[in-house]
Amino acid sequence: MTMLEINDLKSRIDDTEILRGLSLTVNAGEVHAIMGPNGSGKSTLAQVIAGHEDYEVTNGTVAYNGQDLLELEPEERAREGIFLGFQYPVEIPGVNNAYLLKAAVNAKRKHQGLGEVDAFEFLKLAREKMTTLGMDPKFLNRGVNEGFSGGEKKRNEILQMAMLEPSLAILDETDSGLDIDALKAVAEGVNALRSPERAIILVTHYQRLLDYIRPDYVHVLSQGRIVRSGDKSLALELEERGYDWVREAANG
Amino acid sequence: MSTESENLESLVNRRYEHGFVTDIETDSLPPGLSEDVIRAISARKNEPPFMLEWRLQAYRQWLEMQEPEWAHVHYPKIDYNQISYFSAPKSDEDRPKSLDEVDPKLLETYDKLGIPLHERARLAGVAVDAVFDSVSVATTFKEKLSEAGVIFCSFSEAVQDHPDLVRKYLGTVVPRRDNFFAALNAAVFSDGSFVYIPKGVRCPMELSTYFRINAANTGQFERTLIVADEGSHVSYLEGCTAPMRDENQLHAAVVELVALKDAEIKYSTVQNWYPGDENGVGGIYNFVTKRGDCRGANSKISWTQVETGSAITWKYPSCLLRGDNSVGEFYSVAVANNMQQADTGTKMIHIGRNTSSTIVSKGISAGRAENAYRGLVRVMPRAHGARNHTQCDSLLIGKQCGAHTFPYMEIRNPSARVEHEATTSKISADQLFYCRQRGISEEDAVNMIVNGFCKEVFKELPMEFAVEAQALLNVSLEGAVG
Repeated sequence: MTMLEINDLKSRIDDTEILRGLSLTVNAGEVHAIMGPNGSGKSTLAQVIAGHEDYEVTNGTVAYNGQDLLELEPEERAREGIFLGFQYPVEIPGVNNAYLLKAAVNAKRKHQGLGEVDAFEFLKLAREKMTTLGMDPKFLNRGVNEGFSGGEKKRNEILQMAMLEPSLAILDETDSGLDIDALKAVAEGVNALRSPERAIILVTHYQRLLDYIRPDYVHVLSQGRIVRSGDKSLALELEERGYDWVREAANG
Repeated sequence: MSTESENLESLVNRRYEHGFVTDIETDSLPPGLSEDVIRAISARKNEPPFMLEWRLQAYRQWLEMQEPEWAHVHYPKIDYNQISYFSAPKSDEDRPKSLDEVDPKLLETYDKLGIPLHERARLAGVAVDAVFDSVSVATTFKEKLSEAGVIFCSFSEAVQDHPDLVRKYLGTVVPRRDNFFAALNAAVFSDGSFVYIPKGVRCPMELSTYFRINAANTGQFERTLIVADEGSHVSYLEGCTAPMRDENQLHAAVVELVALKDAEIKYSTVQNWYPGDENGVGGIYNFVTKRGDCRGANSKISWTQVETGSAITWKYPSCLLRGDNSVGEFYSVAVANNMQQADTGTKMIHIGRNTSSTIVSKGISAGRAENAYRGLVRVMPRAHGARNHTQCDSLLIGKQCGAHTFPYMEIRNPSARVEHEATTSKISADQLFYCRQRGISEEDAVNMIVNGFCKEVFKELPMEFAVEAQALLNVSLEGAVG
């Protein structure tokens, strides 16, 4: 069934139009990869879905499980099951990583009419997930992303995703700056989440990630629009021919 | 970005919750200050002649002093003749012997503040000397404390029952003419708390006083004196809320701490007086002199404070480190929101050998508030091996507030080691969006970040106080945080 339906979406930041009529349909159970050159609007798409207020939507609709997503506050979208893995996760000094994670889990549970998670259970679950991600449990007691390396920040995003079990996960350049071990760990974390009830959108510049997370669809974004869609082979074609080819296609 | 700051502003504009006035008949002196007024106060409290004499001398000294203007705060000139200097609940003649005799209206007030006095006292094992307006009306757990030899009573009672102790220590830390407000307090102080911990005694419970200002137009002049004799230990908690009202209220308290050889005093404050409305109208002026004297060797005095209230705060809890190896500590969270002005900090005066001091100050500014840290570290010529570490952090919420740091250091001994670190940070839109994307509301996110910022200070507070402080920060930052 259709989970996310984006129709003719236009969005701008300040006076610059970035998305210029983007349409995309994502069904439950699918993994979509969004590729494209720098500045094509990949991250903007992720931010608009998550509800970042700097991006103004000037046209189009976004429906999520049948409801108007653009009407919801960012935190409401999150509680409804939308997760954004940030390209540059922000540091929040002094706020304990475990504390943020628990608050996030409880905010969602409250929204679902469930009671707060028991501290003991929470820690047990978090430690399990960290072991699979190859993270030292000490990270729970550090400030959120405070002094984390690039790879540690990305793993931390995947940990949050694993704990929150979103319906729709959008991972914005989660592969950038990762060494091969970190990339594999992150991919395992994402693959573990794949299920018929969930959808995943991978925003990436390189096809390397797609060797580890096999997408059902690949879309190429250029100048704020999807100019090509295909399967995994499209990613390989891009790798071979570069982005100039799609740019020309978009202009032509 | 503009939406973000508007949201912050609405967050910051939460109303003061403890705004209400209890309707109890008070027996007040008419406004105005003169020697006759001071004689009347002293007579009404049935004080011995030495007290009256002390007050009168203070008054004469005060008349010659100038109101200080150096602090980074602004307020209209105070007319000291428009203030009523004494206000006691009617039942002063016939003081209640137990809580059953306490005016039910008063108990109700405590309930509104979330302080079910007897419950709390019994369950938490905390003795409460509740100051309502100027006269203590309920003192609990006295018997248990007296078994340990601890004296914990209102200042007025101490003057009656322990005049020698009062006479020996009163004014020895904060002299009458120390400053303008201290002199005023010395002349007209109405009541407060008195604590004496005898030699070698570890006070069996935390001593707690809840202050509350009431009675319109009555200045509050509390006076607290805590003496920890050799080898003793005490932890004292002070907490305050005030009712909402229109006219400014002056509060000029004096707190004196004396720690003799090997003694330790921990003094914690949560201050939540009415800060005024969004435009700063009607808030409390809080001009306080707090000082601790580490008089004996190896003594220690620790100040911990969470300041969220008052329109204007002018307050520098200080330590005189006289005894060799004595230790002074100052942990502070000061929140200023809307039009609040805070000029607060500490003074550490190193006099003895190998004395050390620690200062951790966390200032939070929101709305259009101004928050200043002012700290003095002075190392005297004989203070060999003195050490100080100062950490001074400011957090800004929104774009119209200010944070200022005025560190002063006077080092007169070359062996001293003095360190000062300062940071200023902002709650960024990116941090808030990150939290919201994880399902956490903006308000909770602000609270979370502020709590994280204040963690080092909160961990110094006694447990139940830490919870209260956190809650208070949330309320005042609902403006600005918890």
